[in-house]
Amino acid sequence: MITFDAVTKAFPGGNVAVDNLSLELPTGQITVFVGPSGCGKTTSLRMINRTIEPTSGTISIDGEDVTSQDAALLRRRIGYVIQHAGLFPHRTVADNIATVPLLNGVNKAQAREQARELLTRVGLDESLASRYPAQLSGGQQQRVGVARALAADPPVMLMDEPFSAVDPIVRDGLQREFLRLQSELGKTIAFVTHDIDEAIKLGDRVAIFREGGHLAQVGSPQDLLDDPADEFVADFVGRDRGFRALSFITAEKLEVEQVSAYVDRARGASLVLDDTGRPTGWSVDGQEVLRALPGTFTTRDALRLVTDLAITSPAGAAVRVDEAGVADGVVAHEAIARHLTALRRETER
Amino acid sequence: MPAPVVPMLNYFAYLFDGGHWSLAGEGIPDRLLQHIAYTLVTLAISAVIALPVGLFIGHTNRGAFLAINIGNAGRSLPTFGLLSLMVVLVGIGTLPVIVALVVLAVPPILASTYAGLRSVDRSAVDAAIGMGMRPIQVLFRAEVPMALPLIVSGLRSALLQVCATATVAAYVGLGGLGRLLIDGLSTNDYPQVFAGAVLVAVLAVLLDLLSAAVERAVVSPGVRERSVRRTRWRRARPDPTNEDAPTSPVGISG
Ligand SMILES: Nc1ncnc2c1ncn2[C@@H]1O[C@H](COP(=O)(O)OP(=O)(O)O)[C@@H](O)[C@H]1O
Ligand SMILES: [Mg+2]
Repeated sequence: MITFDAVTKAFPGGNVAVDNLSLELPTGQITVFVGPSGCGKTTSLRMINRTIEPTSGTISIDGEDVTSQDAALLRRRIGYVIQHAGLFPHRTVADNIATVPLLNGVNKAQAREQARELLTRVGLDESLASRYPAQLSGGQQQRVGVARALAADPPVMLMDEPFSAVDPIVRDGLQREFLRLQSELGKTIAFVTHDIDEAIKLGDRVAIFREGGHLAQVGSPQDLLDDPADEFVADFVGRDRGFRALSFITAEKLEVEQVSAYVDRARGASLVLDDTGRPTGWSVDGQEVLRALPGTFTTRDALRLVTDLAITSPAGAAVRVDEAGVADGVVAHEAIARHLTALRRETER
Repeated sequence: MPAPVVPMLNYFAYLFDGGHWSLAGEGIPDRLLQHIAYTLVTLAISAVIALPVGLFIGHTNRGAFLAINIGNAGRSLPTFGLLSLMVVLVGIGTLPVIVALVVLAVPPILASTYAGLRSVDRSAVDAAIGMGMRPIQVLFRAEVPMALPLIVSGLRSALLQVCATATVAAYVGLGGLGRLLIDGLSTNDYPQVFAGAVLVAVLAVLLDLLSAAVERAVVSPGVRERSVRRTRWRRARPDPTNEDAPTSPVGISG
C-alpha cells in the first residue's frame, strides 16, 4: 500500500502544486489520478519515487517512509512509465528493457534473455529485441516502455499518461492488454491520466484532482458516477455519466427478440445471415445492397456497447451473437430503453 | 627560344622526387610526422579541456553563456596573431604553438559538446533518473551516448582546423608541413610550396576518413542519422508486428 499523509508540494515562487494530500493506494490495485491539466497529478506521482521531494508531509510504501531509503535504490524497486516512453535511442530494445536489471548487477546475457521474454509478455514479437527505438511505432515504443518498467519485477508501478500520445485505436489495444497483464501480475499501480474515460476503464480506484492540487473525491469508478461529491466532480465525470455508467452493467439480463422474427416493418429492415447463421448486414427498404453491421455483442458485453450498436445501426437495433458468432437475438433501442427504466426502478426500490 | 611547354610537371617535381621521401634527416616523412604530432597533441589537450567543461555545462545547464561566448570569441581570434603574442611572451618553442592551436580547437569542441547535451531527449533523461540511475550514470549511460553524434562532429571539425592551421608552427622556426610552405616561399621554390599544400590537404582528408571510422565505431546506430534512415526506409515493407504509424523522434531527420 502506498500512503500519502498530508503531503504538500510548493514549488519555488510559491506555486502550490499539491495541497495537503492524504490518500491510500491499495496493494495490488490500479489507482488512477485524474483531473484537468496542471492540477498536480504528475507532481503527486513523482513524489512517490522522489523525483520530486515534498515540501511537507510523508509518503510511505508498505509503512516505510520513502525518504528513509536511498533514492536511486528506491527507484529501482518502482517501475516507471512515461508519456513518450522515454526509451534510450542509443540502446536496442533488449538493452532498454534490461536497464534496471543491469543497474542491479544482473549479468548481460541473463538480462537480455529475460528482456526477450518480457517482449512476448507485452505482446511484441521477440524479433524486435535487436531493433533500435527509432525503428518502432509509437504503440510499440510504449509497450517496450512497459516491459522496461516490469523488468526488475517491481511491486509498485508509476505510470504517467502512458497511453496519451498514441492514436485512439492503438490506445484501446494498449489499455486492454494492460488490464490483462495486471490481472496476471497484481502490481500496486499509480496511473495518471487527464482522460476520465481511461480512468473509469482502468481504475480499481479513481482519485479526482482539481486545480490547486486538491483531492476532489476518491472512490471506485461506479461510486464517482453514481454519487459525485460535488459540482466539480459531477462536471468532470460528465453530463453523460448516465451513459458511462452503462459500462458497468452487462447485457446478460437484456431480453432479445428472435432473429427469424426480426423484420422491422416500420423501417423495412431485415437481418441478413450467411449459411452458418452469422450476421452479414442489414437489408434496408427491401434493397439487395447490404448496409454494414456496426458490430455485434454477447451477453458478457456492457450495455454501453449495446446501446451504441443500436443507435448506430441502420435498423435501430443491435445484434446479439453466441460464442461461435452465430446471431441469436436482436434488440431495438426502444427495448434497451425499457430495460434501463426497469433497472432504475429496481435500484430505486 | 620557345617557352617551356610543360610547366605543370614542374609543380610535382618536389613532391615526386624520391630524395625528399628519404626517412633519414628532414625529408617529407619527418615533416609529416611532426605535423601529425602537433595535430594530435593539440586535439588531445583540447579535448581534455573542452569535453569535461562542455559536459558539466550541458548536464547542469549552468554557465551556458560561457560555452556560447568562448565559442564566439575563439572563432574570431586570429591564430597567427595569438602565436606571435605567445612567442613574444614565452619565447620560441613548441609551447606557444600548441597553446595557440589549443585556443583554436577548444571552442568547436566545447560548443558542440554543450549543444549535444542540450539536444538530448528530455523524456529519456527523465526515464533514466526515474529508473534509478545515479547522476554520473545518467550522464555517461544516457546523456553522452545520445549526444555523441554532435560531440564527435565537434571533435572532427576541430581536427580539420588544427591540421590545416598547424602550418603556422613553421613561422616560428618549428617543423611540420608548414616548413615546405615557408622554405619554398623564401627560395621561390614553388614546387616545394605546392608539395606542402597538397600534403596538408591529403593529410586532412586521411585524418577525416580515419575519424569517420572512429565515429562509426563509437556512436550507436540508434542515434546515427544515416543508419537510422536506412533501416527506416527498409521498414517500408509490410510489417506484421507494426500496428501503427512509425514515429519520427526528435533529433532524427529524414
Ligand atoms: N518544476 C516545476 N517548477 C515550478 N512549477 C511546477 C513545476 N512542475 C510543475 N509545476 C506546476 O505545478 C502544477 C502542477 O503540475 P503537474 O503536477 O505537472 O500537473 P498535471 O500533471 O496534473 O498536469 C502546475 O501549475 C505546474 O505549472
Ligand atoms: Mg502531468
